[in-house]
Amino acid sequence: MSGDWQILAALLVPLIGAIGVALVGSKRPNLRETVTFITAAVLLVVVWTLLPGLLAGERPEITVTEILPGLSLKFQIEPLGMMFAALASLLWIVNSIYSVGYMRGNKEQHQTRFYVLFAVALSAVMGIAFAGNLLTLFIFYEILTLSTYPLVAHKGDAKTVASARIYLGILLATSIGLFLPAIIWTYMVTGTLDFVPGGILAGHLSGPAVGLLLVLFVFGIGKAALMPVHRWLPAAMVAPTPVSALLHAVAVVKAGVFTITKVIIYIFGVDLLAVEPSTDWLLYAAIFTVITASIIALRQTNLKRLLAYSTIAQLSYIVMAAAILTPMAETGASLHIVAHAFGKITLFFAAGSIYVASKKTEIGQLAGIGKRMPWTMAAFTIGALSMIGVPPTAGFVSKWYILGGAFQADSYIVIITLVLSTALNAAYFLPILYKAWFCDEDTALTNDHGNNHGESPTAMVVALTITAALTLLFMVLNQPVLDLESQLVGKI
Amino acid sequence: MSIHQHLPALQVVVPMLIAPLVILMRGRGLAWAMATATSVMAFIIAVSLTNAVVEAGSVSYAMGSWQAPYGIELRVTAFSALLLLIVTAASTITLLFGKQSIDSQIEQHRQPMFYAAWLLALAGLVGIVVAGDAFNIFVFMEVSSLASYILIAAGPNRQAMPSVFKYLVMGTIGATFYLIGVGLIYMMTGTLNLADMEVRLQEVHDLKPIVVAAGFITVGLALKAAVFPLHVWLPNSYTYAPHMVTAFFAACATKVSLFVLLRFEFLVFQPNLVDYAGQFTAFLIPLAVIGILFASGVALFETHLKRLLAYSSVAQVGYILLGASMATAAGLTAGIMHMFNHALAKGALFLAIACLATQVSNLRLNKLGGIARKMPWTMAAFVVGGLSLVGIPGTAGFISKWLLISAVLEKGTLGIFLVVAVLASSLMAVVYFWRIVEVAYFGDAPADGLTDGLTEGLTEQPVLQEAPKWMLFGTWFVALANIYYGLNPSLPLLLSSQAASNLLGQLP
Repeated sequence: MSGDWQILAALLVPLIGAIGVALVGSKRPNLRETVTFITAAVLLVVVWTLLPGLLAGERPEITVTEILPGLSLKFQIEPLGMMFAALASLLWIVNSIYSVGYMRGNKEQHQTRFYVLFAVALSAVMGIAFAGNLLTLFIFYEILTLSTYPLVAHKGDAKTVASARIYLGILLATSIGLFLPAIIWTYMVTGTLDFVPGGILAGHLSGPAVGLLLVLFVFGIGKAALMPVHRWLPAAMVAPTPVSALLHAVAVVKAGVFTITKVIIYIFGVDLLAVEPSTDWLLYAAIFTVITASIIALRQTNLKRLLAYSTIAQLSYIVMAAAILTPMAETGASLHIVAHAFGKITLFFAAGSIYVASKKTEIGQLAGIGKRMPWTMAAFTIGALSMIGVPPTAGFVSKWYILGGAFQADSYIVIITLVLSTALNAAYFLPILYKAWFCDEDTALTNDHGNNHGESPTAMVVALTITAALTLLFMVLNQPVLDLESQLVGKI
Repeated sequence: MSIHQHLPALQVVVPMLIAPLVILMRGRGLAWAMATATSVMAFIIAVSLTNAVVEAGSVSYAMGSWQAPYGIELRVTAFSALLLLIVTAASTITLLFGKQSIDSQIEQHRQPMFYAAWLLALAGLVGIVVAGDAFNIFVFMEVSSLASYILIAAGPNRQAMPSVFKYLVMGTIGATFYLIGVGLIYMMTGTLNLADMEVRLQEVHDLKPIVVAAGFITVGLALKAAVFPLHVWLPNSYTYAPHMVTAFFAACATKVSLFVLLRFEFLVFQPNLVDYAGQFTAFLIPLAVIGILFASGVALFETHLKRLLAYSSVAQVGYILLGASMATAAGLTAGIMHMFNHALAKGALFLAIACLATQVSNLRLNKLGGIARKMPWTMAAFVVGGLSLVGIPGTAGFISKWLLISAVLEKGTLGIFLVVAVLASSLMAVVYFWRIVEVAYFGDAPADGLTDGLTEGLTEQPVLQEAPKWMLFGTWFVALANIYYGLNPSLPLLLSSQAASNLLGQLP
């Protein structure tokens, strides 16, 4: 099959790009950024040309090396991973445009290191998306953690390093302390770690042990930021905004929920979870996180931290949807991975844009900013509406499916949660919109030239316009995702 | 063909006979060249012996054609092949790439003696591994120990003297205990050959002396292997030894003692002593666990880079022991595998430290702020080694961690507690390792400059730069080996699983 080599290409292209960026170095920034763009474009082509074959039912796979007897470094493409990879590769290009504007506009140091590690992180994301078994996934999961650590600690001052320590500490501790034992336990019980539609644990494990194993998995996958292992995400906000945008709204966190969804569908199997009462806690844990994170978001004054808590809540939407265990809800979970990605990356782009243009980071400072930065704030508005779930934005579609799934399962608590969290989302986003568009600038906050700014650099405006457009378009152009999901749900 | 038959003997004889010749090499770099060439030769012999073992299972050699049990038997099994590879590779790599480091620490006129001692240590260590009888193991143990006292004390650091004295005293006690044990067994069986011992013990009716012997031998070897709480000689010896000596010994020295310990326990004592397996497990598991946790805990607060890693070594000995004390195939495989993987990780780390030491004289953490900006390649290799030590997937350390956790999980409820201990120690490793990373990458450069210069008179300000290329090359070679064997561990895995089944094969 032609797809086999493409899997490896998807992994290697970003790595080669990283080497290219490093070789060009900081002497020739334009050439360096060109390398990044070419790499991102090639990756996009490699990943997206896999899509038709997958829709036609192909499942390309490739085994690289046998690490332990019976356990290989193995890649296989299935619908969920395809969707994740397609999403990440698409947004990488947009994010690279944005990065150029941000890093130059902000005169950041160590830009070469930044682009190199970004490319390495993308390679790790591809590895996670295409992993053919849990061990391979785990390897790339850890590579992603390690390669993003220097990005979070980019600034290098004491406060940043301390935050980066929390980031790394929580992600490594949960993955080594919980995720790894869960994997080994699974392997000892079943003798395999392959992703099999319908799960591999059924018939090998039953009773409370299933619930315990699920605890290890769900909290071990710290990247999904289910409370109480969510604290790394606000900590990661010290990173430059492009990192927060692509990695901590899309790639890293989605790797978390993607892994949880994969574990639910391909390791446990939906049927096993449905009959084991000991696993019901997952739904409630997710609900708890949705509500609590939203309430914490209400109280935030820093824009990026607010977005971080909003992300935590939205991630748990996905976990909650996956935990409902009906086909429609699984579709909703997948849709929400994409929908939230478009919306949240737009919001972060806007936040970074505001910071570059005006150095403002606090919500209280945003009065009247809509008049100075109309493009940015228009995009922000679209993103915010998508978070709330208002049509015609992406967030509406996914919420629709999740609600539908909840009705299928007669899960009223989920319905109530959705309603409540929609209200909470509105409560923390609408005041920002109101302030930005309808209030006058607070002259008291104006220093000599603090408010005397216009839009941010063009590259940033272009990028956030694209993602805002994607957020709107996804309302109608979600068919590819649905097609992929129909294959997945058919297998469940 | 004929030379192939003699390989087990040559493995020991070559370094041992060349050692005195090295003393005569007064010319510049000649001693180094000769020692390195010898070490390379030893490595080649080890590789071909490994090939032979993989094909044939084990190789036996009768010294002077006097057949065992009367003659001296050399015996190379899968287990010994693995150890031979570790020992000779460690020696070869440190010698080959470490010349600059050694030159800077050992004065020119003392170098011939130094390299002679090095070869003797090498000969002693491989001798222990290939020897098939208990007394020759003792002889080689003494050879390697005496040589290693010299090597450790050879550095410019005077603090090495008291630590080496401590090592000498404790090492001698360990060796004496071992000898007492061997004497008791000889008294009861009349043989020194390990294989023969096992057979003859079956006819011995009064097993009390054997039990006593087991106690002496276990404690004596545990002392040599730095098993907690008998590890106190190790941290300071490793800290003050010349850097290349530390890299060499950290990779292999304690493992050779563990090798002897495991052979005695599984081949001689367990098949013949009633309930011994249970006692062995019950005695060693707590020691291993406490050792792992205690040493990792000390490493958390240690500020001298080399001592920090030395304590980490004590913890890693605990890992090996924990795997072995399971007394199952999976556990032994994990423990033996960890010997190999830990040698890789620690080798890379101590080589990186030797690279650091070419530029900075003080290896305390607070003097290393921002060093990664000056020496990016060195610190990157250090990070790779550290990741392997922590057990990040994709590195060699992950393989042994995986095997170890799988093995202890077989033990049921007890296993869960052991897993918790192993994981807790991994997390501690993350902490103590990341402390170094943060300082090196994000720390402020130590305040030197005017005030220091004024108080200490005219001190030349050394300009920090990257370590010599050749040393870096060697360091990266080992660092990349960590990744290679993390993705493709089939060779060490084959040897260690074979070693485990050999050890267990003797059990009922």
